[in-house]
Amino acid sequence: MTDATTQHGTDKVKRGLAEMLKGGVIMDVVSVEQAKIAEDAGACAVMSLERVPADIRAHGGVARMADPGKVEAIVNAVSIPVMAKSRIGHFVEARVLESLGVDYIDESEVLSPVDVYHIDKRAFTVPFVCGAKDLGEALRRIGEGAAMIRTKGEPGTGNVIEAVKHMRKVTAQIKWLTTLGPDEIMNAARDLQAPYDLVKEVAASGKLPVVNFAAGGIATPSDAALMMQLGCDGVFVGSGIFKSGDAAERANAIVQATTFHNDAAMIAKVSKNLGEAMVGINIDTLPESELMQHRGS
Amino acid sequence: MTVAIGVLALQGDFREHLLMLESVGAHGVEVRTPQDLDAVEGLIIPGGESTTIGRLATMFGLIEPIRQRCSKGMPVFGTCAGMIFLATSTVGKEQPQLGVLDACVERNAFGRQVDSFEADLDVVGLQEPMHAVFIRAPWIEKIGADVEVLASVTDANGLHHPVLVRQGRILASSFHPELTDDARLHKMFIDLVEGA
Repeated sequence: MTDATTQHGTDKVKRGLAEMLKGGVIMDVVSVEQAKIAEDAGACAVMSLERVPADIRAHGGVARMADPGKVEAIVNAVSIPVMAKSRIGHFVEARVLESLGVDYIDESEVLSPVDVYHIDKRAFTVPFVCGAKDLGEALRRIGEGAAMIRTKGEPGTGNVIEAVKHMRKVTAQIKWLTTLGPDEIMNAARDLQAPYDLVKEVAASGKLPVVNFAAGGIATPSDAALMMQLGCDGVFVGSGIFKSGDAAERANAIVQATTFHNDAAMIAKVSKNLGEAMVGINIDTLPESELMQHRGS
Repeated sequence: MTVAIGVLALQGDFREHLLMLESVGAHGVEVRTPQDLDAVEGLIIPGGESTTIGRLATMFGLIEPIRQRCSKGMPVFGTCAGMIFLATSTVGKEQPQLGVLDACVERNAFGRQVDSFEADLDVVGLQEPMHAVFIRAPWIEKIGADVEVLASVTDANGLHHPVLVRQGRILASSFHPELTDDARLHKMFIDLVEGA
């Protein structure tokens, strides 16, 4: 299409892809083989990275974007959208991923941040997803051009408590905004440290202007359904799948539980005999310095 | 009484279709099981990931019941992934499809997400063009004799590819009217359901 009315990389087009992912499961993969397993299990997209968060925790050191050769191989291997993670503030990693044909970039706290500033995401044609612990953080990222939001949770722990906290916080803050009068919005924007126009928009609509997924610690079909019932639009599963006993079975079960998240009998059925879930970590045993959710806010 | 129009709610932007139906006074219902399907007079298949939707539809025994309803004249409307799911084949790897729309579809025909776009599109039978949103969109590579082309796009080589087609009571678009405020295609579909 070369028509004069044709526009690429608009908010509508960027946010639109996230709309198409709703009700689906996006799975972390570190190889072509895993990407194919995820696609066959019904993932609506895959997230390409060098190591899953649980291994990043175990490995220590600086975590960077995945090897471009690996990302490209995954892009060529599956027909579903491919996402990839860049470090917070690393706009060159993001440009590299964009040039490889990645469909969404996750500017992610799972990797080691390189700047106090986040990437100017409006400068890109490819859309971005970013993590948030609360509404102010979500609206700051949307203000920078993020076209999709996810809870931060606490990645690589297999423990969903932080994702629940973050989702509940965002929901409660949105409810609170809808109770405010026009004279109260500016102070709310100050308290949330969020752009006034976005705060005003959310107060009027009662919802985020972009899709909001759950992420960070989801390990079981019930975890996924819990996040859906708390109001998320879909789920990211990181270490939960490929750090468990039978990855394909678990991936498949989480996909079904996400679609039928209100049907307890169905969740029970798909959860039977899945084998061992990933080993979890209790968040209060982690020293503050090892929490990923405080990176970039 | 207004008729119930189902929206396949396995994965994708089914909520936007339900909101669109509501905005024009129609009664939309989520469809996830064959029982849900029995209660509706027409079915919209939303945008989403066609492989995910096809796989879930297979697992939950929806493929045959939808085919049977279509053969008895139930109107269906598919957008993007919905168009792929309705068609008989795709260029490339096989995936679960209903095969009720006599067409071969090329997935991601425009390229990857950076090639997604919005543009004005002339549609046969509509006075004003539609503002169409194409997201990792398919186009139709080959159509059967009974398929009427209502809109098409021209590629870099000057070749035309259908992006909106009708075959009897089946309507399919490559783009997403449900992401805009333009309800004309939904109204066209509601007329098909009410006339069925």
